[in-house]
Amino acid sequence: MSSVLEVRHLSKRFAGSRKTPAKEVLADVSFQVGEGEFVTLIGPSGSGKTTLFRMIGGLELPTEGDISIDGANAVGTRGHIAYMPQQASLMPWLTVSANIELSLTIAGIGKREARALARDWLARVGLEATAHQYPDVLSGGMQQRVSFLRALLSPQKLMCLDEPFSALDALTRQHMQAWLLSLWESNRRSVLFVTHSIEEALLLSDRILVLSAAPASIIREVRVPFPRPRSEALWGDAEFIRLKQELYDMLRPDPTL
Amino acid sequence: MGSKRARLLPPLIVTAAFLLLWQAAVWLFGTDAYILPSPSAIAKQAYDSAPQLAHHMWGTLRITLIGFGAGALLGFLIAALLHVIPWVKSGFYPLLVLSQNVPIMAIGPLLVLWFGFGMLPRVILIALVTFFPVAVAMMTGLSKSDGRLFEYMRMIGASPSRLFWRLELPGAMPHLFSGLKIAASYSVISAIYAEAIGSDSGLGYFILIAQHGFETVKVFAAIAVIVLLSLALFGVIALAERLFVRGGSPRGKEGSRS
Ligand SMILES: Nc1ncnc2c1ncn2[C@@H]1O[C@H](COP(=O)(O)OP(=O)(O)OP(=O)(O)O)[C@@H](O)[C@H]1O
Ligand SMILES: [Mg+2]
Repeated sequence: MSSVLEVRHLSKRFAGSRKTPAKEVLADVSFQVGEGEFVTLIGPSGSGKTTLFRMIGGLELPTEGDISIDGANAVGTRGHIAYMPQQASLMPWLTVSANIELSLTIAGIGKREARALARDWLARVGLEATAHQYPDVLSGGMQQRVSFLRALLSPQKLMCLDEPFSALDALTRQHMQAWLLSLWESNRRSVLFVTHSIEEALLLSDRILVLSAAPASIIREVRVPFPRPRSEALWGDAEFIRLKQELYDMLRPDPTL
Repeated sequence: MGSKRARLLPPLIVTAAFLLLWQAAVWLFGTDAYILPSPSAIAKQAYDSAPQLAHHMWGTLRITLIGFGAGALLGFLIAALLHVIPWVKSGFYPLLVLSQNVPIMAIGPLLVLWFGFGMLPRVILIALVTFFPVAVAMMTGLSKSDGRLFEYMRMIGASPSRLFWRLELPGAMPHLFSGLKIAASYSVISAIYAEAIGSDSGLGYFILIAQHGFETVKVFAAIAVIVLLSLALFGVIALAERLFVRGGSPRGKEGSRS
């Protein structure tokens, strides 16, 4: 399997200033994401997951190590990823459809094709009624659907999703997981996903990488064994519950601290 | 539509009450018309001098629009330039502020001296006064774009020009329009001033002549026309704002007392 993202011996250290001490955020992180693979990073808050995304996106330079996307060196270069941030981040002055079109044209798709794609897919996922509405009339869940659709339709090979559901209430979050799962399973893309929710990670991923507290390194890799297509029924599965407990124990803060 | 009428009512009542009070005071104290004419006398004068006033109003309107247009465009370009090239901002911003500290009373006659009695010195004067609020408001708007949207756009690889046209500029539109509204009021006032120092037409010139003849009623009639002109310009800009600033921006985002 060829890998879409390859991260090799990545380290990141923020130089300190007079007020803040230097901080080592990532220490020797290596992993890869295969073609059509869903990989989840899970780790304590502040362990450097967003920083890792910013390096993959080219906004931040690693102190050491390499990143390659689709075989090409991607350190410090932008535009190689589709991105779904924690908050929907839709332009309030553009309609839902125009928001999707904007991201697609930035990714290099022609205007007309972008419009056709946006309209077609909004209809396909039952959001055609929102196409001409402005984002602020949409619920948080709806906004995140649009945000996900926008990333899914972007032509880049790698999708990076940074805690996309953490701002949603529990019920909406479950609906969104099921929705994303079905959409992704019928349109496989390479995904790097960040979450704090163990259930979410187990439900969605092919592999889970567990990060330690800062300076973060990968302390475990869990291959999620459940066959696809999956459904929320997994939540009651005995193996699911066992893995959940195992991950939970791994992420428990060190009692000696 | 009912709510619109309800919004128009308070200012109308206040204005009417003010005019009535004025009328009553003039009548009660028997004030001479050359000191303070009554609103009814002003209205009658305005009616009698309507052709003259209309002629001068067109002159004023013309240079106001040209000067305002030039100033707004200049302000827009300066803001964009200063925003896009940071070192230009640090270098030129103090100069911009300084330009507003030169009294127009000093610069006005100089402009006439340099550029003659044509339209040019008047347009330059108006533009000089109006570009500033537009530039400052727009620069504030440009530098205040939403951090999350900015991060998102950079993550998906938006180029600096895309960032400007698709994020920073649309985000700055509400600021730009506040600047334009202030500039609109300034432009009318500075047009009047410019006409008083180097022109043979326009409401400023009309006022000057009326003052020399102690025709205070005529001065007030001209003031009334100027006020209406300012209101109209303001209204046109507010209308443009409603048309161009779409989606989300004002509605419900900021808190409101009512
Ligand atoms: N530009 C910066 N300069 C200095 N320190 C930084 C900078 N950016 C991030 N950090 C620090 O790096 C650490 C990791 O931050 P990061 O946002 O990557 O964590 P995270 O894993 O995404 O956390 P969370 O799960 O809460 O989102 C934090 O302690 C943060 O203070
Ligand atoms: Mg984060």
